[in-house]
Amino acid sequence: MDHHVEPVAQRQTQVTNIVVAGLGGQGVLKASDIIAGAAFLAGLDVKKSEVHGMSQRGGSVASDVRFGARVFSPMVSAGEADFLLVLDAGQIEVNRAILAPAGVLIEPGILSGRTLRSSKALNVALVGALSRRLDFSEELWTHSLRDNLPPKLLELNLQAFALGRDAAAASEPPA
Amino acid sequence: MKVPSQCPARRMLLSGDEAVALAALDAGMQLGTGYPGTPSTEILEAFSTLGGRAQWAPNEKVALEVAIGVAFARGRALATMKHVGLNVAADPLFTAAYTGVTGALVIVSADDPGMASSQNEQDNRRYAVAAGVPMFEPADSQEAYDFTLRSVEVSERWGLPVLLRITMRVCHSKSVVVTPGYPVPPPRAAAFERNIAARVMIPAYARPAHRRLRGKLAEIARWNEAEGPTVMIEGNPALGVIVTGICYQHVREALPQASVCKPGMTYPLPIERMREFAARAGRCLVVEEGDPYLAGAAQAAGIAVETAPEVFRFGELNVARVRRMAARDQSPEPQPPAGKPPELCPSCPHRAVFTALRNLDCIVAGDIGCYSLGVLPPFEAMDTLVCMGAAIGVGLGMRHVLPPEQARRVVSVIGDSTFVHSGITGLVEMVYNPPPTGHVVLILDNGTTAMTGMQEHPGTGRTLDHQHTGKFVFEDVARSIGIRRVHVTDPTLEPAAFEALIKACLDSGELELIVARRDCLLAAGAIRRYEKANGPPR
Repeated sequence: MDHHVEPVAQRQTQVTNIVVAGLGGQGVLKASDIIAGAAFLAGLDVKKSEVHGMSQRGGSVASDVRFGARVFSPMVSAGEADFLLVLDAGQIEVNRAILAPAGVLIEPGILSGRTLRSSKALNVALVGALSRRLDFSEELWTHSLRDNLPPKLLELNLQAFALGRDAAAASEPPA
Repeated sequence: MKVPSQCPARRMLLSGDEAVALAALDAGMQLGTGYPGTPSTEILEAFSTLGGRAQWAPNEKVALEVAIGVAFARGRALATMKHVGLNVAADPLFTAAYTGVTGALVIVSADDPGMASSQNEQDNRRYAVAAGVPMFEPADSQEAYDFTLRSVEVSERWGLPVLLRITMRVCHSKSVVVTPGYPVPPPRAAAFERNIAARVMIPAYARPAHRRLRGKLAEIARWNEAEGPTVMIEGNPALGVIVTGICYQHVREALPQASVCKPGMTYPLPIERMREFAARAGRCLVVEEGDPYLAGAAQAAGIAVETAPEVFRFGELNVARVRRMAARDQSPEPQPPAGKPPELCPSCPHRAVFTALRNLDCIVAGDIGCYSLGVLPPFEAMDTLVCMGAAIGVGLGMRHVLPPEQARRVVSVIGDSTFVHSGITGLVEMVYNPPPTGHVVLILDNGTTAMTGMQEHPGTGRTLDHQHTGKFVFEDVARSIGIRRVHVTDPTLEPAAFEALIKACLDSGELELIVARRDCLLAAGAIRRYEKANGPPR
């Protein structure tokens, strides 16, 4: 029936690797859901993986998102993350080894003085900052935010997303 | 989880657990039952959210027994549990393989290689062999969906329970699922068919039942060779890899040129297909997490395969580790930097309990739940942790033999859901075989199964979907089995008084039960909402 024979995989050059890290309760998994949702809506193959359970109790949490034409392992290997989003400054060093040599760290400092209406939306603000670096339309991001957040929190998070996106744009070197 | 309703084709991003739940719904399973346990918990919650009939049982053994009843009545049943839960349910499992079922019985064992949230990393593929039940192992959410449906088909075709062995990384990873997947016929209406010789396992009926079972397994093995869901990838013949489950994904990425043989049904194995595959490969490597199960079966069948060094038996595999296996790299593995460990929430009611136990220098027989974190600083107030419910038995055993001055410091600490799961019989043991110094049992009742994410249990008096139902009252049960000294208190109100109560219980030499009752901080708001919505208890 389906003992199918597959062609040998092409080397996975087109996979984007993102790791979101922080502490339990900061919305790490929500942030990775929103990123994975955007890639999914873009029609890409997506995998997202994390360890939860004990880590819910205030411990370190990290979540991996990978997307591209075809993704195999759901886990990002050490030294291969294109982007590392860290929600808690204390978790940067613990996670730094996951970044590729040319990988980009996105951490709360990127907001540089801009004030969030709620500190709980920091996760979405950093996703907004990341969005400047990814090739998905703003409409698609809005769609993913709507899919992943309760309606009453949507407006607050759309603002946080825009704030993070603007902050990232401001920090980019002039073209 | 969001599931589009438009048929026929649906494309979704689902976790493995959600995919199992969706398949259970699409297969028309009449009942899903289980006990919460990471990484299996979300299956029944998602099944309920999707509109399926899902129930928490007091423990996995009861869940499996209820599921067996459904399948005896020609229904389709799903029983879910974490790997160690199958230890609890092992008794019905082994004999259900003999009795067989009339409907479908799919048992999910969610294993935890690497012990992200477990007390051991046992490999439950051994259970399929030991009990003689067919087993599927999905490698992603699509296979979790498809193999759940295939499990229903195999279960009904051969009248056997089927084990769906899934690991943490598949349970908690999201990947794309497209349905409809594997087609199964609609369920039949439940009906009782008397078949005493098949269902009543007295020795005279069990002896032929065992022979029937072995006959069915031989047929299934032939089916798996010919038609089973084995993925074969024709790559470079110099390196062949036999692999199952999530490790398949790591292999495809780490060794993109390798030939691959991935059995989807891993008991009975498609051993002849593995043999042909290995014969074609210059070098044939087996990649698997946990026990050398595939490798052992291959070698026992006389297939020349290369097995991994012992170091890869521990923890999860990943792309980097698979590369090391293939390169025969035995140098020390780099250790990821340690993150911040979990801890009891600030103001968690358990904190008051462990502060008192530490102050009193108690010898604490502990148990499984959030309160296991009482073992970590600043409390370090837990001395043993074995399995669900062990706190009471282990505490009693120590009391029986320790010198009296030490015995009098022993307390058993157990959570509310854990007490329902398997603490009740420990309490009966305490009444039946009391230690000479008496004993003190603390039930830490925070009104929820907190560690796994705030699930209901019989002691909350609410069902899986938070509706009122019969309530199991710990103090009433304790009194009714003969424990006269039962104390119910909120440990956070007056810490000094709470500590004095424990001290008095330790000194009394009697059998004492303290129910330390205070809702989990994370659950309290939801509990108030459920109670308000439900109105007065019935």
